[in-house]
Amino acid sequence: MPITKREVEKIAELAHLELTEEEKEQFTVQLAAIIAYVEKLNELDTTDVPPMAHAGRDERADYAQRDDVVGEGLGSELALANAPDPARGYFRVPKVIEEG
Amino acid sequence: MEIIGLTIDRLHEALRAGATSVTEVCQRTLERIEALDPQLGAFLTVNRDEALRRAEELDRDLARGEPLRPLTGVPVAIKDNICTKGLRTTCASKILHNFIPPYNATAVERLLEAGAILIGKTNCDEFAMGSSNENSAFGIVRNPWDAERVPGGSSGGSGAAVAADLCVVALGSDTGGSVRLPAAFCGVVGLKPTYGRVSRYGLVAYGSSLDQIGPITKTVADAARVLRVIAGRDPRDSTSSNHPVPDYLAALDGEIKGVRLGVPREYFGPGLDEEVRAVVWQAIHRFADLGAEIVDVRLPHTEYAIACYYIIATAEASSNLARYDGVRYGYRAQGATTLREMYRRTRNEGFGAEVKRRIMLGTYVLSAGYYDAYYLKALKVRTLIERDFREAFARCDLIVGPTSPTVAFRLGEKTEDPLAMYLSDIYTIMANLAGIPAISIPVGLSREGLPIGLQLHARHFEEATLLRAAHAYERAFPFSHKPPL
Repeated sequence: MPITKREVEKIAELAHLELTEEEKEQFTVQLAAIIAYVEKLNELDTTDVPPMAHAGRDERADYAQRDDVVGEGLGSELALANAPDPARGYFRVPKVIEEG
Repeated sequence: MEIIGLTIDRLHEALRAGATSVTEVCQRTLERIEALDPQLGAFLTVNRDEALRRAEELDRDLARGEPLRPLTGVPVAIKDNICTKGLRTTCASKILHNFIPPYNATAVERLLEAGAILIGKTNCDEFAMGSSNENSAFGIVRNPWDAERVPGGSSGGSGAAVAADLCVVALGSDTGGSVRLPAAFCGVVGLKPTYGRVSRYGLVAYGSSLDQIGPITKTVADAARVLRVIAGRDPRDSTSSNHPVPDYLAALDGEIKGVRLGVPREYFGPGLDEEVRAVVWQAIHRFADLGAEIVDVRLPHTEYAIACYYIIATAEASSNLARYDGVRYGYRAQGATTLREMYRRTRNEGFGAEVKRRIMLGTYVLSAGYYDAYYLKALKVRTLIERDFREAFARCDLIVGPTSPTVAFRLGEKTEDPLAMYLSDIYTIMANLAGIPAISIPVGLSREGLPIGLQLHARHFEEATLLRAAHAYERAFPFSHKPPL
């Protein structure tokens, strides 16, 4: 199923990407080619095949999660050390509520 | 002390004999990086001062009579998508150009506890997405064997650094072949462990159900040594296995008699370069000469692996890379007036073309109306691929084939055609989808003097079998060529 430029715009919006016109044109062509290729999977009948949920498949292993014990955190100073715009112990961002 | 061809055992022999010091080896390594890396581009950060400080500390420990630890004094290079405390970790992306991790990845922590010296961070494809290392935001890596060719990706800097003796061992990450492909293209050893064998804590996530950290080394024995250190359960990664970690080095007894080596005909089909085919077959005959039994096996779903992989990996990537939004770390676009605009502009300016392409594809296959047709379908095909291996391993102990259909290709050769680039991973992707371990070892050179890699696969958690066979081959037929540097 061919992908349209309109769909590329919609996906970009879902993925929080602001593409240039040139990128939109390019991705429309490239994604169409990749999607046409992956549709190869439809040649296979998978009616009774369960989806693979976990890649490790170690029957002997115990994947039980660790006990829920409070450990040491990073602390706010370290957690903010890489922030582009820290302010008073917070991550500062532009206006959240948009008009309209 | 000669650092060309230096391995862990030779370094330790020299340290025991008092023929060298950790500091001397560290200095020589840094000098070699300084001399050669401007052309190669293997490193994004060289940890010069801290490496020398630590080398002196290790020398003092040794002078006080402390015994050698498994990796004492070993200069290790770490792929730049693996977190190193206090040392810039960029994932070769503009969006993390200034990121300083507040913690070490568990694998790094274990290397340091074993006495290793962190010599630097290596270049890679942005967020490990690529097969040629041409997707790095900070420049290409050149293949030490031929400067006009790619080193393979995505751990291209790690492969090139080991091949050029800019370190003794390196860590890479392997989501669809990113340790094994550069190992094959650069003429070194690359091991992808079983999914869950090595903790992924601190490995920047790309495709979480496929990612594994693995060593790139000059010998199989060194791969065994590094794996022994980094493998094992980590409470910080719930997918890490508590399956016991054997002494991999002790398993290397040179014995291969009676091992059943499966040859899947699907790995020798159209698209395989004739020279690669011939060299890999020669190696298979050599395995037979050493006493292995050669068995025909089938992996009938091989032709669907790339389609399956590029749905699952991109779906996981689109979710994993949602975190890069300019809020908590990394790059932020300036001048946006709303939060949403800031997200979009940050991501558009911060990510390179291949990363955007994969986020787009992953978002598409997960979006309403397409989830069942693409993502769910791919998970079912993944089950079929895993069954292929299960059935094949009922008839053999190891599966053998080429690591890549070609030798290292030319820089720029595949950058215009993403799909052609994806097809370089045809033989490596299967192991990630099935979660099994695989290793690439160099077995010969092409007429043009480029390395050719052979790949072995084993059952889940049977790295010891894998390493033992690879080691037996290496001992009988050592790969003694070095790149013309």
